[in-house]
Amino acid sequence: MSTLEATNVGHQVGHKVVLEASNVTMRFGGLTAVNDVSMQVHDGEIVGLIGPNGAGKTTFFNCLTGMYIPTEGTVKLSGEVLPPKPLKVVRAGMARTFQNIRLFGNMTALENVMVGRYCRTSSMALTSVLRGPKFKREEAATRERAQELLDYVGLGKSAELLARNMPYGDQRRLEIARALATDPQLLLLDEPTAGMNPKETEECMHLIFKIRDSGLAVVVIEHDMRFIFQLCDRVLCLVRGALLIEGTPGEVQSDPRVIEAYIGGSDDDDDEEGTK
Amino acid sequence: MSKLTLSDDVRATHGSKAPMLAMVGGALVLLSGLLSWSADSTVLDDVSVRFYPIGAQIYIMVMGVTAIVLGVLLRKRPAWMSPGRGLRILGWATIAFVLLLALFAIGYETGALANLNEGLPVALVGGVLVLLAGMVTPEVTLDVRRWPKLSSSLEIVVIVVMMAFLLFAVAHALSLESWTFIAFLLMLVGVAGAVLGTGIGGYLGFVGANNRRPLLLAAFLVAFLFPFTQDGSDANMSIATQIIIFAATALGLNIVVGLAGLLDLGYIAFLGTGAYVGAMMSQSAFATIGWKPPFLVVMLIGSLVAATFGLIIGSPTLRVSGDYLAIVTLGFGEIFRLAMFNLDGNNGPKLTNGPNGIPGIPDLNFFGFDFGESHSIAGFELGRFANYYLLLLLLIAFVILVFSRLNDSRLGRGWVAIREDERAAEAMGVNVFGLKLLAFAVGAALAGIAGTIKAHVDTSVSPDQYIFLESAFLLAAVVLGGMGTVVGVLVGASILKLLPEKLREVNDYRLLAFGLLLVIMMRFRPEGLVASKRRQLEFHEDDEELVALTQQEHLLEAQAEAK
Repeated sequence: MSTLEATNVGHQVGHKVVLEASNVTMRFGGLTAVNDVSMQVHDGEIVGLIGPNGAGKTTFFNCLTGMYIPTEGTVKLSGEVLPPKPLKVVRAGMARTFQNIRLFGNMTALENVMVGRYCRTSSMALTSVLRGPKFKREEAATRERAQELLDYVGLGKSAELLARNMPYGDQRRLEIARALATDPQLLLLDEPTAGMNPKETEECMHLIFKIRDSGLAVVVIEHDMRFIFQLCDRVLCLVRGALLIEGTPGEVQSDPRVIEAYIGGSDDDDDEEGTK
Repeated sequence: MSKLTLSDDVRATHGSKAPMLAMVGGALVLLSGLLSWSADSTVLDDVSVRFYPIGAQIYIMVMGVTAIVLGVLLRKRPAWMSPGRGLRILGWATIAFVLLLALFAIGYETGALANLNEGLPVALVGGVLVLLAGMVTPEVTLDVRRWPKLSSSLEIVVIVVMMAFLLFAVAHALSLESWTFIAFLLMLVGVAGAVLGTGIGGYLGFVGANNRRPLLLAAFLVAFLFPFTQDGSDANMSIATQIIIFAATALGLNIVVGLAGLLDLGYIAFLGTGAYVGAMMSQSAFATIGWKPPFLVVMLIGSLVAATFGLIIGSPTLRVSGDYLAIVTLGFGEIFRLAMFNLDGNNGPKLTNGPNGIPGIPDLNFFGFDFGESHSIAGFELGRFANYYLLLLLLIAFVILVFSRLNDSRLGRGWVAIREDERAAEAMGVNVFGLKLLAFAVGAALAGIAGTIKAHVDTSVSPDQYIFLESAFLLAAVVLGGMGTVVGVLVGASILKLLPEKLREVNDYRLLAFGLLLVIMMRFRPEGLVASKRRQLEFHEDDEELVALTQQEHLLEAQAEAK
């Protein structure tokens, strides 16, 4: 296996802007959780979002995915303004995973991924009861695609396991497979390595590289600095809802204000708790 | 029941005595059937005579034999069986059997416990020994990979035997009255529970999953043959029609509660909607709508009207969830009843005749086949209710088809996803609100169809048939039988409709007994009598053995399906 740094070297970021968030501001009453944050993500690019606890990372994420309607600013996906509804955001091509794993525990791994295909399939009540050739074709295609995705993330053999019985690292990967099943252009990962051991973290990084190489844009929220600086092409650091710095991992890593934000002036701004 | 077992130390030291205990206990239970149970010869069809076993005495002898067989199996245990678990279930069932009959059938009915003779105490001792045998048996891990491999034709024989047994048991149970009926039911629960609990249940499930089509065919054949066992008598057929109507409605509710996870406490309103549509468009002199289309059209209209009501009730109420949804639907159920009560021409349009309802609904007539008359088919007499029973059988086949096909589709997966985690489902592109509405509409439509037939079976429709208690019973049938399953709901509906019919003596205590039953169920088997594997795991998450076993069974079934 090549070293992790080597995987990211020589990689060319695409030129198409996939995600464009401009001047996104989110206020809860008097509290400004996200203040005038702008961000661009290109195809084949991995962008990291870091910041101390309560910096507004997850709130910003929720603004992107339509769970919150931003007080100000717009979010565009491939040039189209996103409707502020999770359902429509997924259809438009943005998929996410959750900070605390939210799988459908009592469904098998395969079924979980098949649910992800929901918005790309169309059979309704009558066709489901009548079971015509079109329904059978669609059902078979859904199953096949779900199995493909499980193989893709390395869970091909676990297809029939109930999600709740799977090891922690596998559950994280299953969540990614489920998100990929919605055919996204942009994948948002909310702390994908939380609770993983070093080996699982490394596997996760390889998986994200693989997804990136297939042309998808990826945005990652993460607390593991080593992981984020190895993984990302570009890193944004949020502090108290505002963008502190944006740059290459090297630039962000060496910026004294980032270190200050993490170690020094940490204040108890816990707006993020409310969004979980 | 995990908390009622003994420590591992005790089991290790006394485990070897278990087969002996089981066999002695079983022999005592067997013997008790030959003894006298009561000094009074009027209860339980005269159980006072020694060495002349009848009724309940024969049942307890079956339990004794089962215990002995399980004891023998303990000595030479197949790797996929756990006779110990079976013995525990059988022990509890025997004790419950003895206490219930001794206290109520003999003590209460004859007026004095002094009438109790030696038989039941002997059986009690036997039952305790059987239970002890089960408790001292060391816990074993089942190896389902060692299931016997039968050829496919033999598997079908297994299914046919199972179904034939079922038909016999149902026909026999229906021929019994009061306490003997209860005794039979307890015996059936004990013996079936014990036999299935040893691991045979899982195996039969596997065989069934391997032979879906033959199993379905056999089940419907059994149901179809049932009226021919009744000698033209309508007494049991009348109960059977009520059971099917109830079960069809409960299956509709199962989509809402079992699949989509929405608690609906006013569901009976949809059955009522169908029934009122059926009545208003019937040939009855009291029918309020002049248009009399053919019955098939009425059925369609009934289901459409019910589905529309489902949508109307659903769109505002589905914005709340959990407890709030339950309360709001409960309110809507009452609104329906009160609306039907008041649409009598004085307070609104004359549609329902108010509290009098619409009586005198004539029997159905399909192409000259009058459902009200007896017909003779191949020498068997089929009465009025048998006719309706056969029609309702078609209905429930349709309902089961709709339920299971929807369950196994994109929509079914969407529903289960909503039940599991609504926010995650939405974030994965599942149209949560639309699917919830659809669940309401489809469930209501199924109940509506059942309602239109119900109007003709009952010959009258009035508001007091659609009270909250009926909604509660429907929900209880779903919960008792097993949420999300078809067989479970059928079993639950049968039990809930059958018990009150067979226990006329204790009708005053019906609700009390029913409440007790639910409490006991929730304590010992919260996943329902016939549980889907998923729900079983949900309630016994800490049972690692069950998790591993389910996993293995699941894999085997998936392999068999893939073939």
